[in-house]
Amino acid sequence: MAGTRSPHVKLPPFQLLLDRHSGELFRFLSASVGPVDAEDAFQETFLSALRAYPKLRDASNLRAWLFQIAHRKALDVHRVRGRNPIPVDQVPEVAVVAGGEAEPALWRAVRRLPNKQRTAVFLRFAADLDYALIGEALSCSEPAARQNVRAGLATIRKGWADG
Amino acid sequence: MDRAQADRLVDVAYTETDSPVGRLLVAVTDRGLVRVSFPRERRERVLEELAERLSPRVLEAPRRLDQVRRELDQYFLGERTEFELPLDWSLTSTPFRRKVLERTAQVPYGATISYRDAAEAAGNERAVRAAGTALGTNPIPIVVPCHRVLRTGGALGGYGGGLDAKRFLLDLELGRSTVTGE
Repeated sequence: MAGTRSPHVKLPPFQLLLDRHSGELFRFLSASVGPVDAEDAFQETFLSALRAYPKLRDASNLRAWLFQIAHRKALDVHRVRGRNPIPVDQVPEVAVVAGGEAEPALWRAVRRLPNKQRTAVFLRFAADLDYALIGEALSCSEPAARQNVRAGLATIRKGWADG
Repeated sequence: MDRAQADRLVDVAYTETDSPVGRLLVAVTDRGLVRVSFPRERRERVLEELAERLSPRVLEAPRRLDQVRRELDQYFLGERTEFELPLDWSLTSTPFRRKVLERTAQVPYGATISYRDAAEAAGNERAVRAAGTALGTNPIPIVVPCHRVLRTGGALGGYGGGLDAKRFLLDLELGRSTVTGE
């Protein structure tokens, strides 16, 4: 046990991370892949994080690290769907509410965005991450993160205007 | 979730369990019971210590503590006088402390020894104060029964769970416990 631990990095007990962030991670995944697949994507995220946790070299931003993993798991879901296309609109929409917000239609629009834009928009407005952290979660620069949010919003606005 | 997969990734599993001496936090590793803590120790602090000293993969996993909880329940009902739990001594950092605690683990239910006896068993009868420290930092109280160690002459001495808890446990073992441990 613990043979893989990195020295000099003080990591909090994993359970405390989970207590703090599982709600927002789940909301992120619901928004990103829809409620049907969110459960599995969440478990995948949880297992990946748990597996990699003791080897982490940098504990300064665990929240961004968790979102980075969740983002990758969401991409996996979208990739599988790309191979076996299921029109998003046929997914039962009853519970499609990402975190209980009042406007499921808006979140459906968010879900149709390209991967990076979708994650960036969600992290900015639903998880309230700043651009530096969004950059970390997406493995891109802060300006690129800002640009993804801006482009995502523009697409949504356009879709809204087009009705 | 793939539970088996998750279980293999959990290095320290813990849960909380009610007892007459308060809500206890109990933790196990693959090797055995590694920690029992009383409510007066803050839960977060205890978990942080486990993360720092053993592994950060600390997760609440009640099923892995079924046997521990069962044996503790039986003990508090007066139905169990010996624990059969494997122990993990990883949190006991020095050989001296380990000897003191191992000696303590052999004190039978309902019996007591003195701090001096414990020190002597660890090879240095003059190290009474150090024996006190070893007992005071016992990571597995109740199961490693440091409550059975008293001052010479029978005074209670100290206890990590508070003296009321120590008195309660001693009374329980002498068959004169009252219903609650308040």
